[in-house]
Amino acid sequence: MTATDMEEVESFRARARAWIDSCLQPMDDAALAAGLAGELSEEDELAAIGRERELQRMFFDAGFAGICIPREYGGQGLSPAHQRAFNEELDGFQYPARVQVPSISPCAAVLLEFGSEDQKQRHLPAILKGEELWMQLLSEPSGGSDVAGALTTAVQDGDEWILNGSKIWTSGAWWSDWALCLARTNWDVPKHRGLTVFTFPLDRDGVEVHRIEMLNGSREFCQEFLTDVRVPDRDRVGDVDEGWTVGTRWMFHERMLYNSPLVTVPATGRRPTGLVSPLQVARDAGSLDDPMVRDLVGEARMLDVVGRQLQQRIGHAVRTGHISDQGAAIARLFIGTSTARVRTVGFEVAASAGGAWAAEDGAVAGRGVEFLMRQTACIGGGTTEMARNVISERVLGMPRERTGDRDIPFRQVPRGPSGTQARA
Amino acid sequence: VLLELTADQDFLRETTARFLTDQVPVDRIRDLRHLPEGFDRDYWRRGTDLGWTSLLVGEDDGGGSVSDNGLVDLTLIAHEFGRHAAPGPLAPTNVVAAALTTTGRHREVIESLVSGRCTASWCLEEPGRRDPVDDIRLDARVDGDQVELIGLKRPVEAAATADYHLVTARTGDGLTQVLVPAGTPGMSVRPMQSVDLTRRFSAVEFANVRVPVDAVVGEVGKAAEQVEWQLQLALVILNAETVGAMERAFEMTLDWAFDRYSFGRPLASYQELKHRFADMKSWLEGGHATADVAAEAVALGAPDAGELVSIAKAFIGQYGIELVQDCVQIHGGIGVTFEHDLHLYLRRATLDRSLYGTPAAHRQRIARFVEQAGMAA
Repeated sequence: MTATDMEEVESFRARARAWIDSCLQPMDDAALAAGLAGELSEEDELAAIGRERELQRMFFDAGFAGICIPREYGGQGLSPAHQRAFNEELDGFQYPARVQVPSISPCAAVLLEFGSEDQKQRHLPAILKGEELWMQLLSEPSGGSDVAGALTTAVQDGDEWILNGSKIWTSGAWWSDWALCLARTNWDVPKHRGLTVFTFPLDRDGVEVHRIEMLNGSREFCQEFLTDVRVPDRDRVGDVDEGWTVGTRWMFHERMLYNSPLVTVPATGRRPTGLVSPLQVARDAGSLDDPMVRDLVGEARMLDVVGRQLQQRIGHAVRTGHISDQGAAIARLFIGTSTARVRTVGFEVAASAGGAWAAEDGAVAGRGVEFLMRQTACIGGGTTEMARNVISERVLGMPRERTGDRDIPFRQVPRGPSGTQARA
Repeated sequence: VLLELTADQDFLRETTARFLTDQVPVDRIRDLRHLPEGFDRDYWRRGTDLGWTSLLVGEDDGGGSVSDNGLVDLTLIAHEFGRHAAPGPLAPTNVVAAALTTTGRHREVIESLVSGRCTASWCLEEPGRRDPVDDIRLDARVDGDQVELIGLKRPVEAAATADYHLVTARTGDGLTQVLVPAGTPGMSVRPMQSVDLTRRFSAVEFANVRVPVDAVVGEVGKAAEQVEWQLQLALVILNAETVGAMERAFEMTLDWAFDRYSFGRPLASYQELKHRFADMKSWLEGGHATADVAAEAVALGAPDAGELVSIAKAFIGQYGIELVQDCVQIHGGIGVTFEHDLHLYLRRATLDRSLYGTPAAHRQRIARFVEQAGMAA
């Protein structure tokens, strides 16, 4: 489609506005926040996911799903500007949050960029209809940050590949349908050159999904054990041993998160983070008149707002080529450290109730547990230390860290005592 | 600053950058510390030819901007002032010019500020206050066809060189602003000391200063909203300037990290330092982002402009000097010598942090906004 026969953004916006007003309910912040905080029972969680699948189908039927995904794959074939306009109009309304990340970005984004015609036809419309929820099988128990050091192995067997290994830190894998998986196909070349990307359904024989209990009781994160999982060659994404080419873009899309032009999320930041406002904590703690508490409330608000302003600036700078894709690490670092600080503030404002609370304490309750989980903001989605490496080396051009795995066959890469047994 | 400037905006920024590089190189700034005025009048007048004081003034009054948003244009100038630690009463003169344009009067004064013949000071802050606007005590009383001012203002930027002083005072429960020409009987201007090499501050005492009632800017007792707006303008200018100083200090220190070798390796190869540069980069970009959003909001008179500008000041004030002090640390001993240039930017960031409400004062303001809106932080 050429730019000239594309619908004008403002006309599209008016159409979107009318549909949103007549068909969508206001966003239920509390329910969404509870879902993000992992506070739902299994039945409630599955029911919520079912509702979001239906909601996604509504978006699809109305012609508002995959706004800048090509029409031949079930999208609308419009531009990122149209998606932005839609997101702006969506502010304050319900939306299928769990369908966006990671199903649409990074998974659909990776398929769109590297998938075969057959894969795009089979999966993209299904994702946009809410029929397929996707999961990314990237991190492994042997190393979180060193993604390219994957030990999960794929061996070719005729028209099929046989996968063995384990993946970890997949949130919601227990209710997902399909997975994108990075696996090692060659142990005799340097690590980045022996990887390949595969897709398979999570109910395939040999896939065992285990839910991990986190210290706050959440069981959202999963670990997958792959035992002789058979994947047809047609479900391979990209070339054999070219998985890192795919992986680099995959992780770029992952870092773009809500800045991705493919995702449908309210634009102006009324996006629940699962964090409770320190103002609410201060109010329920009865300390909102204390100037010291107000200082903390002001600080938390400042960090929250600047974090979002920075995300927008960096997102824009990456889209327009003012900085490289790697610049996304700048926002990732800031959001990680500032979120950790905001959680500390919530804990501080809760005073003694941060350590022991009663159910009727309102927003004060649970600040201590949130504080126990504080570092997740600096770990999940790539640690802040990795972000600092990326910023200093890839954005500022400083010398790379010395590594022990460059230019030698992956088989010969030194491993710690407990990792040695995992070697193929 | 914004990532994408129009050709006109880029020209505006570039012209000032070149002028400052040429007219006030670092050695000149070191010399200017001995000059009581802190800046050269001719330098200022030529600078105003580049648009330094015309951007917040309408074309009818001899002003005009290069885009349809004069305040955003002005942040480009302020950014370059920060990058060069440049002398001159940029914030006060612009704030006073902007304040006067809202009255439809005082046209000759406006014209003299735009043309650079005159400069102005804004007498706002009083001793012992954390918030620059709360609890103003300088008294303005209307007595027949005169207004009498009694009280003390400090610190007042560029008061000793200013031709006009815009005085923010209290009348009963409301605020009143009065334009007082320099040298009016009863006024005394005592020089203060400052962390900056070229920006000068004074304590200005008003001992029964009487001016005609038509010197009132706006209405007696009804200036509170206008004062808040002027504060927003001043903060937007200072924030842009501080981000300029942060940016320059960061660049200098990045160069240093590549140039300086210890134990046979450049500083830039040490992971500890790399990670600190990454943190600084995120603060610098955060500073740009929040300063730009606030400038736009103030320019458009957005309902949340007050909160956004306080957020920007609180963030830039706090993280700006942390960034520059970290630059000092990475330089080591040379970073605290007078000979090295780094302190010029440290001084500028430090001064700006302290003016028009420290980060702590603005966090209190933010809490007030959050409470009023009852919104999530």
